[in-house]
Amino acid sequence: MSAKNPGSAIGPARGMRRFDLSRYIHLKKDTAPERIVNGIYFENPVFMLALGMCPTLATTTSVTNAVGMGLSTTAILMMSNLFISLLRKIIPERMRMPSYIVVIASFVTIVDFLMQGFTPAMYESLGVYIPLIVVNCIIMGRAEAYAGKHSPLVSLADGFGMGIGFTAALIVVAAVRELLGNGTLAGVRVMPAAYEPISIFVLAPGAFLVLAVFVAIMNRLHIGAARRKDWDPTGKFVCGDCRSCPRVTGCSGKPETEAANHSHGGRG
Amino acid sequence: MNSKLQVSASPHTRGMVTTRKIMLLVLCALMPACLMGVLAFGAHALGVLVVSVLSAVASEFLYEKLLHKPVTVSDGSAAVTGLLIGMNMPPQIDLWIPCLGSVFAIVVIKQLYGGLGQNFMNPALGARCFLLISFAGKMTTFTPGSGVLKLVTNVPATTDALSGATPLAYFKTGALFDLKALFLGTTLGCIGEVSAIAILAGGIFLLAMKVIRIRIPGSYLGTFAVLTLLTASVRGYDQPFLFTLQELCAGGLMLGAWFMATDYVTSPITAMGQIVFGCALGFLTWVFRMIGSGTEGVSYSIIFMNLLVPVIERYTRPVAAGMARESRENRRLVKENRKEARRLKAAGKKEDA
Repeated sequence: MSAKNPGSAIGPARGMRRFDLSRYIHLKKDTAPERIVNGIYFENPVFMLALGMCPTLATTTSVTNAVGMGLSTTAILMMSNLFISLLRKIIPERMRMPSYIVVIASFVTIVDFLMQGFTPAMYESLGVYIPLIVVNCIIMGRAEAYAGKHSPLVSLADGFGMGIGFTAALIVVAAVRELLGNGTLAGVRVMPAAYEPISIFVLAPGAFLVLAVFVAIMNRLHIGAARRKDWDPTGKFVCGDCRSCPRVTGCSGKPETEAANHSHGGRG
Repeated sequence: MNSKLQVSASPHTRGMVTTRKIMLLVLCALMPACLMGVLAFGAHALGVLVVSVLSAVASEFLYEKLLHKPVTVSDGSAAVTGLLIGMNMPPQIDLWIPCLGSVFAIVVIKQLYGGLGQNFMNPALGARCFLLISFAGKMTTFTPGSGVLKLVTNVPATTDALSGATPLAYFKTGALFDLKALFLGTTLGCIGEVSAIAILAGGIFLLAMKVIRIRIPGSYLGTFAVLTLLTASVRGYDQPFLFTLQELCAGGLMLGAWFMATDYVTSPITAMGQIVFGCALGFLTWVFRMIGSGTEGVSYSIIFMNLLVPVIERYTRPVAAGMARESRENRRLVKENRKEARRLKAAGKKEDA
């Protein structure tokens, strides 16, 4: 590497040692395990892609709600990814959005009725957020960015990874909110009786506060990893301007236009 | 060489005003109100004030130490924030609540946004609202302590205890209360807000020391007084003037107008902007108190208007001296440019289609 290299101006990351998962996990791109790890950590839909903010803020008042919301979204995401991938050759380019919506809406309706029939209590407490999964950006985003371009099985794994990532994010946000705001976890009292619940955490302002803290932590981990000492700008990353790039955390290391299609597409 | 002829880059002179001096003056100005609060509510109130100041200063120190930042405890701003939080507490509150409030104010509202000068809302009020939402019951329970002053806790001319928590709740129906008690501070309320005369003394001291200007408190109190007077007259309360006076003296209005709304960081810097800010505060407080269902709305009004300060400043930017005509001309040109750009864009779209 020469001194002219734009990356060499960027020194080693200062401060505490950053945790970098990509050092320990080497997976082939576009395989099922890689997609699952990607959805949970590298491109976590909530913390890294900032998609699906509405259910994240609204349904994380308790861990039970978060699990219900996360798993129903996962089921819909997997099925819609699978079917959109299967249909990707026959869906015309110009009509793809309406087609995706029809596929997604069908599965949302199925899940909606199933939940109403078998888990009425959960259905009541999640309310309007179940039908609203239709317009959840994660599902539309994965259809547009991944399932519409890849083979069915990998798309299914991608949906599973993204869904589990979404569920995990909801659960950690909900756990903090429920613990601080109510003194319970999944309805079981864990704080001592003397603990006075800080009820702002189960209200809307608490949702924003907790989400912000988690996003900050994830950014710290990812940006730190991207700027680590032995980072090679000619290798994985293309533009080399990672220090000022706001999307460094979601960077797939491909040329900008292609990377944009892959990781940042479909934010609707 | 003659020092008067030295050539150097600006600034060439420095004022004597420092953050530390201003904060010390504010602390002095708050003392009468604190004293009245302690006299009225006793030793526990003093404990609340001490705990909130100490925890604010300690959390600023620890945060800055842990994050290897320059420690700014000595500028006194954390002490002012802590004292204001303490003054906003009910007298018999558990001591851990003001402590939690101070930590929230300093760490979340002030330091996470970059420290003094960067916070977008008044830290003390942000913490108050945080506590008010979280511990609604404890934050609105006012019990008289063991102060040396005799408190008025009854409905005037009867032996009935006040049904509401503070006199403000009692005013909701347009009733009159003991104005002297409200003015002196011998009634129930938060530690630092009860005594209107002590807060006024502090405010006038700050005015005299040129720490604050009359614009914000003047327009705030003025707007609120006019609107309340009108409401009282329209609703047919007996003695609308007295009613307006007691609304002015009760609750956190005085403390908010003189000490919270005038916070340098979270109020507009332009003269016109300060007046707009004050009037909007007066209007909002009036809405909260007279129209809304709650009894108090000073803190919510102030943090709400804090958020609008950048917008107010943008639209009240003063024109440079002697540049009025050029400024008008510039604005006209900008407008025309925008129109032209829109026209071109529309034309381009048509061609595409």
